[in-house]
Amino acid sequence: MLQAGFLAALIRVGAPLLIATLGEMFAERAGVLNLGIEGIMLIGAMTGFSAAYFTGELWLGILAAALAGMVFGALMGLLTVSLGLSQHVSGLGVTLLGTGLAFFCYRLVFGQPSQPPSVAPFETVALPLLSEIPYFGPALFDQFALVYLGFLLVPLSAFVLYRSNWGLALRTVGENPHAAVSAGVNVTATRYQALIISGALMGVAGAYLSLAQFNAFTFGVISGRGWVCIALVVLGQWDPWRCAAAALLFGTVDALQLRLQSSGAIDLPYQFFLMLPFVVTIVAMALFSRRARAPAALLVPFRREER
Amino acid sequence: MIRLQLEPRAHTPAWLNLALPLAALLATLVLCSGLVMLAGADVFEAYGALFQGALGSRFNLIETIVKASPLVFTGLAVAVAFRAKFWNIGAEGQLLAGAMAAAFIGAREFLPAWSLVPAMILGGALAGAAAATVPAVLKVRYRVDDVVATLMLNFVIFYAMMALLDGPWKDPLSGYPDSPDIRMDAEYPMLLQATRMHLGVLLAAVGAVLSWLLMTRTTLGFAIRAVGENPRAAAHGGIAIGRVVLLTACVSGGLAGLAGVGEVAGLHFQVMAGLSPGYGYTGIVIAMLARLNPLGVVPAALFFAAIATGAENMSRQTGVPVFLADVIQGTSLICMVAALLFTSYRLRIRRHVPG
Repeated sequence: MLQAGFLAALIRVGAPLLIATLGEMFAERAGVLNLGIEGIMLIGAMTGFSAAYFTGELWLGILAAALAGMVFGALMGLLTVSLGLSQHVSGLGVTLLGTGLAFFCYRLVFGQPSQPPSVAPFETVALPLLSEIPYFGPALFDQFALVYLGFLLVPLSAFVLYRSNWGLALRTVGENPHAAVSAGVNVTATRYQALIISGALMGVAGAYLSLAQFNAFTFGVISGRGWVCIALVVLGQWDPWRCAAAALLFGTVDALQLRLQSSGAIDLPYQFFLMLPFVVTIVAMALFSRRARAPAALLVPFRREER
Repeated sequence: MIRLQLEPRAHTPAWLNLALPLAALLATLVLCSGLVMLAGADVFEAYGALFQGALGSRFNLIETIVKASPLVFTGLAVAVAFRAKFWNIGAEGQLLAGAMAAAFIGAREFLPAWSLVPAMILGGALAGAAAATVPAVLKVRYRVDDVVATLMLNFVIFYAMMALLDGPWKDPLSGYPDSPDIRMDAEYPMLLQATRMHLGVLLAAVGAVLSWLLMTRTTLGFAIRAVGENPRAAAHGGIAIGRVVLLTACVSGGLAGLAGVGEVAGLHFQVMAGLSPGYGYTGIVIAMLARLNPLGVVPAALFFAAIATGAENMSRQTGVPVFLADVIQGTSLICMVAALLFTSYRLRIRRHVPG
């Protein structure tokens, strides 16, 4: 079970979760629960695929997905920050809207062909020397370029969050927005920035699925992965390193269920393997939620004149 | 310089409670007309076809009403749960649990014919309630986020249903993932001859009235609202919050389960993969549009049933993708919560003179 192939697979399926989880983490660190994640990932998967299909350039697809995600992140900001609406309901609204729009636009652009259109997806990039390390080399260093970027995002996010002025402002806004105002921080702008970043990362994570992990957009391309990321942020205790660990743990479960499904070693209907990641998430949440401490201002709308 | 500012209202004028949902719906239709144009269709023609398909004939009207009945139940389920701030996004899974229980009971040969329909209703409601109790216990005992738990459970229940349909319930002749038909005696009686208007429609209306009574006239309803509005004050006032959340989950899940019973006993007479095209998620939009008022759920459900049945006609006649119905759902939810802001705030235009 612990062959290099398995290690490579868990990193491959864990990477999009990692990227989206970091996005969600930024939003929640600023005090906004972004339940739009599932819809934004779907929009990213659709825009990314369409852009790559028509330009023939996969990276333009990634760029388009990031931009589309930013637009939806800004919409989330308009609803929860400017208007101060319920974060739960706004997020569900953004997810429903994103899902509907993704399906609508895909049907508009591609119609209903008998063969769903596809692209030549990203190929793995073997890093020189590193990929020749026995056992670990091919698993860790012969991956999609997006995987490397995703993992570089972890130290980068940690640096931004803990070592930069903006990160300090972000954390203050998420813990105590009134104190942030006293310190001269613009709460509204900071929350918008965090949401736009979160949207961009969610969009890219969606495009990862339609352009790297798979080679086409399907209506079930996300199928709950966004919701899982909401749980991963809790398991990751709103910290980039722990979020990465949670994403890899989940990637392990996902890779394991794929492996078990295809190996036929356990004689169960395949639906039970599909169910496994969700069951594991629920169990993990039950084990760790008591210890979780969310940013204090999470879910609380901020209006300067109200205290 | 002119600034727009929101300022708190002292009280909400009564007419706003009706005007705001209508304004939100109008805004939705205007916003979505951009997509209709993008699809190269004439806006009035497309909306006309949508209206025609939903309400244009006796047959279409009845189809819309029949489609509204599961939506009323899921809308009620969400409305009750959200009042207690129990974020039940799991009506979809609870509906499927109710449907599976109904399909199982309805096919039992040993049950006397008269007992089938009551047993299915009871069994379906219990299955839905059980499905909702899991995340409620996780929330109360282990502080697991209810949004995450209810959502995860939707997938677990869906895959469990698919495993059943692909295994023990698979049609041995056709090989399709369709459960065995329920017995003839287990089918809901029809309210109108030669139509699909079944008992579930009546049950939905009764369910709305009973839910309204529960929320406004009973101690439990009072406790549910108290827990949602201010849990600290509720606890201080002697309300056991955990118990109320569990009871709320039971009521909510039971209502969602009844949506599933109706689909099996009144419409399909079996469980199959496409049993629910997201009725549980639409229930969230419906509950919000109804402002979590059980009586408001009925017109809101009728509206979304009309959009869903009408969209197919629109798609056939004008080529606008049928997914416009989904976009309308999301947009109306957003417009509605934005419009609701004006029940407690008013927009002031300020002329700001610098200096």
